[in-house]
This record gives sequence, structure tokens and C-alpha cells, in this order.
Amino acid sequence: MSSPSFLARFGGKILLAVITLAALYLVTVIYAVGETLLAMTFLVVAMLAIWVYTSRKTTASRYLLPAVVAAIIFVVFPMIYTVSIGFTNYSSKNLLSFERARQFFLDETFRAPGPAYRFSMHPDGPEFRIRLVDQEDEAKAFISDTLALRKPAPLVIPARPEAELKIALADALPLKDIVAQQNDIKALTLKLPDGAQVRMTSLREFAPVQPLYKSNPDGSLTSVSDGSKLIPNRSTGFFQTEAGEARQPGFTVGVGFAHFVRIFTDTKFQEPFFRIFVWTVAFAALTVVFGAGLGLLLAVLLNWESLQGRGVYRLLLFLPYAVPSFISILIFKGLFNQNLGEINLILGGLFGVKPQWFADPVLAKVMILLVNTWLGFPYMMVVCMGLIKAISADLYEASAVAGAGPLTNFFQITAPLIIKPLTPLLISAFAFNFNNFVLIALLTGGRPDFLDITVPAGTTDILVSYTMRIAFGDSGQQFGLASAISTVIFFLVAAVTLVQMRFTRMAEENR
Amino acid sequence: MPMVQKRSQKLRVACAHVFLIVLCAIVIFPFLVVISVSLRPGNFATGSLIPDTISFEHWRYAFGLPYQSANGQLVTPELPVLRWMWNSLKIALLSGAITVMFSTTGAYALARMRFKGRNHVLTGLMLMQMFPAVLALVAIYAIFDRIGGVFPAFGIDSHWAVLLAYSGGIAMHIWTIKGYYETIPYEIEEAAKVDGASPLQAFLMVLLPMALPILAVVFLLSFIGALIEYPVASVLLTKQDQLTLAVGTKLFVSEFKFQWGDFAAVAILSGLPITVMFVLAQKWMVAGLTAGGSKG
Repeated sequence: MSSPSFLARFGGKILLAVITLAALYLVTVIYAVGETLLAMTFLVVAMLAIWVYTSRKTTASRYLLPAVVAAIIFVVFPMIYTVSIGFTNYSSKNLLSFERARQFFLDETFRAPGPAYRFSMHPDGPEFRIRLVDQEDEAKAFISDTLALRKPAPLVIPARPEAELKIALADALPLKDIVAQQNDIKALTLKLPDGAQVRMTSLREFAPVQPLYKSNPDGSLTSVSDGSKLIPNRSTGFFQTEAGEARQPGFTVGVGFAHFVRIFTDTKFQEPFFRIFVWTVAFAALTVVFGAGLGLLLAVLLNWESLQGRGVYRLLLFLPYAVPSFISILIFKGLFNQNLGEINLILGGLFGVKPQWFADPVLAKVMILLVNTWLGFPYMMVVCMGLIKAISADLYEASAVAGAGPLTNFFQITAPLIIKPLTPLLISAFAFNFNNFVLIALLTGGRPDFLDITVPAGTTDILVSYTMRIAFGDSGQQFGLASAISTVIFFLVAAVTLVQMRFTRMAEENR
Repeated sequence: MPMVQKRSQKLRVACAHVFLIVLCAIVIFPFLVVISVSLRPGNFATGSLIPDTISFEHWRYAFGLPYQSANGQLVTPELPVLRWMWNSLKIALLSGAITVMFSTTGAYALARMRFKGRNHVLTGLMLMQMFPAVLALVAIYAIFDRIGGVFPAFGIDSHWAVLLAYSGGIAMHIWTIKGYYETIPYEIEEAAKVDGASPLQAFLMVLLPMALPILAVVFLLSFIGALIEYPVASVLLTKQDQLTLAVGTKLFVSEFKFQWGDFAAVAILSGLPITVMFVLAQKWMVAGLTAGGSKG
């Protein structure tokens, strides 16, 4: 058997085996770290990929798989995950899984009886040695074996009496180096000749320590030092003392519909939610009305043949659509600046006023609508121009013969003919602005805040920016609550989408 | 009678011109101010639209070069603008490449093959676009936070994380490409297959070369999309050196700091190329879609 034919015969199979083994190895690694869900996802994707690219029956899937997997993992899964987080208390206080939170307590130590040692660190080549001196008896000194202070180093290191070793140590490291490496040093345990184990207890001291908690079969923890118990509370997500006092860090537990109940019934919460919802709808609707109104007017004007220089106008008016929105929004943020912005300079020069665009709730909303109309009308203009072009010129000729004016033309011919194909576009523009996080986040950040409400919420916040503020703002990263609101928005968006699809179908049937 | 109509017509044309000119002025005003501000010395300078003294300090800032401030101090720029540009460019190029690679293949299966569930896949891809990523940001953050616990290279503050999150956008482009494929007559591939080409060869050597215009458009659109994306990047990237332009630029005009002049230079430097690319993509899009044939 010559080697090329061997390769041709078994090369594919060997490659397959290698890939399968590599995938399984990775799955094991991920699983071992404790990320079961991630490991399962990886396993399923890997197996699916191997099956699709080896089976003979899966021609179409071979082409489709990467796109569909990416879409499912990074679009569909996050949505489902968001909904499921909405039913938990996941937040900066309840960040860990139960096992991790439990481990946190089991890792806690307390000072055990026994002598404490002053320590100093001495470089030894690329590595270090630690010298311990008994605080009561200066003559009792120990020197550790060399240690690398890098992660793979063994964590329990023997130390021997200084008198036996007779090593000339280099100068001790200054305190700032110890501060810089304290996390690595804290991970060390030094084992003295008499079997005592000491660990770093302060920046200058090593002392014998032992784990603070012992685990009980029922999941609770018993303190070794004073016998008190920590009992996990599966409904609040905290370990608590027998008196009921919760201890940080908490863990994530399901809370059922608690967040949804809170959103819709808790008065403290209902009030800002309702106000923000009203503003979100008003903002999205007004934006569409202004943008489409201006866009339609311009489209009609720019289709008017008696007008010279239409190409130039169209080019200039298209500009706001072409410039990246994060840049134009920030430009407006600067232009509207209270004291230094050009808009207030002009208004001050002409009328002697300096409106507080960012401090006054009403003016802030006016500013947002102005900016968003500026950003949004060119798209509407282009769309309407296309729709108007599609209207047969005969209709206008006939109406000219009948002696109709431009207004009659618009209301009798143009408007009725474009409203049907335009409606689905208006609805999707509404849906887009309903979730126009970028505009709010970059322009006002939701500010100014409501003064009469205890929950942090802004007068210009729309639902998504409010959600982001709850999730990533300064109020304790309440991921669970934020996800619950996101879930509500999902349903709103789904409803809008259904309406839009109806109108799209109607528009298509009419063609 | 005709005379009267002509006069009213003239009046209307004049009114339309006035209206359009005012509107154009409003549209261009912000851009003119930004150009002017970027050339004025100092961050708090006010003055006429055409600056009296021209200074390039803000442009030096944008390029990360130290400059002499008004009181004679040598100022070194704090915000790493060029670094952000590089980050943005890197993410956008890779994102564009990944999108083109996987959406062309996906669209091929959907346009040319008949298989069970094809319509469900198409509807599913369509529906996905209705729900913007901004609604799932908490989950996206949580997912990459947890992935980062196992593979730090794909966790928070990594560009790979951003790139993976963007790869979900492939769904959006599959429809566009599929539409274009369908304008290319199937007979050409058929002929290639009769001549002994495998489906893969027919796809790579016959269909893809004919679909180049739409691939260019999709690449440009996803490239620009990644360049200007804000929500996902703002959640996944936190360290100043790792930011993209879209996230970093806002630091110039925050509540605490108002570096108006520096911002203006950065805005032009980063905004101008993106704008030009976008206009080109729009033009090609129209040209590419009509070049295909019957479908528009």
C-alpha cells in the first residue's frame, strides 16, 4: 500500500477523529470549569457540525449551518436567555451560582491558635523565597523553598529552619512590591517543619489559619470558630444566619413573576414605568410623524419639474442619512450645550435667551425630537420619492386638464396612492424609534431625572434606555429586573411586528 | 389667464426655493460648525464661522500628537483616538468578511436548494431582524461574561466577543443575497453541473463570480454596520484602550468634560470616510440590484 492512497483513504477519517477528539476535549474543559450550559451548547454545535459535514444527505445544511448556528446562538438564544433572566434575581448582589457562593464561604478562613510570623520576601534568581520570623522569639526563623509566584506554582510550600539552610538571602522586597503581589502571596500556604501551616493574614504577617466554615449534609454551613450556622435561603438567594440576616455574596435563584408583578403593581415602580412608556410611544410616534411629514413634503417638491437644482438639494438633504448617527448625535450634543454650544450662542445673540436644553425636561424632549427629525427625514424623503415616481404621469396630466391645483393633486392622487405601501415602512420606523437606544444614550442619557420619584429614572428615558440604566447603571446592576422589562418590550415589538406584517400583506395584495 | 397662472407658478417656485435653501442650511449648519470648530484654537473658543486664526491643535490631538496649548504648555492627548480607529477597523473588516463568507453560503442553500424546513428558516431569519440586539443586551453581557470565565480571550473587553455578537447579523444579509441569486438564471449552473461540476464547484466558480456586486455591497454594509454599532460594543467593551470609535468618541463631549474642538477633529476624521463609503454602498446597491435583471 503506497502512502498517497493510504492518505486518500484514511486522511479524512483521521482528520475527523482529530477534530472530534479536540471538540470533546474542549467540552470537557468547559464542563470542568462548571459552565454546564456552555459545555452543552458547544457539544451540540460540534456534533451537529461533524454530522452535517460528513453525512451524505445534508447538502443544503452544509451551506446553511454556519449562518443558522450564528443566528441561533447570538440572536435567538440571547432573547430566550433574556426572558429567562427576567424570572431570576440575577444582579450584582446575586451574581454567583449557588455552588460558587457556597465555595466563597468555604474558602473563608480565620486565624487559628498558634504563633504568628513576621515575613519578608527575598528575590532568588527569577523566583522568590519567604523568610518567616516568630514574633515572640526572634531566634526562630524559617526560610521557604523557592517559589515562582506564577499560577502553576505549587500552593503548599515547605519552609525550613534558617539555621539549617545557611542561605545568604538577597535584600527584602519593599512593601509596595508585596502589595502589588498580595493576591498571589495570599494563595500560598507555607508548611513549617512541625507540620503547622501558615498563610498570609496581613501585609506583614503569616499566621496559622483554618477554614471558617464546615459544610453540613443539608447544604448549610457551620462556623468552626463560634458554632453559628449559615443556612441557604433558596427564595431570597442568600446564605443567612439563624437570626435571618443575609450574608453577601448571594446566589441567583428563580423568583417567578416577582419582577413582572413589581413592574405592573408596585406603585413606586409603576409610576416611572408608566411615564416612560407614554414618552416612548409619544417619542416614536412624533418622530415618525415629523420625519415622514417633512420627507413627504420634500419628496413632492423634489419631484416637481419646474424646480431648478433639484439634484443639489437632494444631495444635501440626503446628508444626515449618510453621516454615521453616533457622530451626528454627538455633534448635536455639543451644539445644544448650555453655555458653549453654538445654538445657544445664536439664540443668545438674536433673542437674548439661553434655553437649558439638558436641564429642563420639556426642552430636552423638544431637542430630542428636533434632532431625531433631522436624522430621520432623509430616509423618508428617499422612500417617498421612489413611491411618487412609481405613480403614473397620466394621472397628473388628467388632473391638469381638469384644472386641479397642486393641493388637489396631492390629496386626490399622491397621498391615496402612496399611503398603502408607505404604512408598513412607517410602522417599522415606529418600531425602530421605539427602541432607539443610541439616540437617547448618546444625546441625553435619559436625563434630566425625575425629581419626584425615588427609583432612578429619567424624563427623556425611553423603555430600552431605562432598561439599560437598571442593568448597567449605578443602581446595583439589577439584571433580572432589566430582563423582565426587556421581555415586556419583546411582546410590544412582536405586537407591532404583527400589525406591520398585516399592512405589508395588504400593500402587496394591492399591487 | 395664462399670465396669472405663470405668475403664481413663479411665486410658488420661489417659495419652494426659499424653503429648500433654509432647510439645506439647517442640514449643513452642524457640519460647517464642526469644520470651523476643529480649526479654532482652544476647546472653549467661540467666534465666527470662518475662524480668525487657524490652529491645527485639535487635528494633532486626533492623531495622537502632542501640541502646544495657548498658555505654552505641551499637551499630550489623553484619549487614544488612533487606537480606537484601529479597533473599529479591525472589528469591522473581520465582521464584514465573516458576514460575506457565511451569508453567501446560507443564501445559496436557500435560493437554489429545496429542502424540508426551507420556508421556516426564511421566515425565522426575517423575524429575527424585528428584534434588535439592544433588547437582549443583558443576556449578551451575561453570556460573554461567563464565556470569559473559561476563555478570557472571548470574554468582556475582548474584540472577539464583539465580533461573535455581531455574527448574529448574518441573518439580515442572507435575504438580500438570496434575492440577488434568484435574479441569476439557474441554467448557467445547470450547464456547469452537466459538465461535471459538483454543487460546491457550481457555487464557487459559477454563481459567486456573477454575484460579486452584491457581495461588495453586503461587505460594505456590514463593514459600516460594525463601524457605527454602539449598543453591543458599549456593553462588551469597558477598558479605554479596547473601545471602538463609536463608544469612545462620546468621551469627548461628556457631562464632565467638553473637548468640543478635539471632538470636531475626531468627528471629521472618522465620519468622513464612513460617509463616503456609505454613499458609495448606496449607489452600488441600486446599481447592483438593477444589474441583476428583472427583480428590483
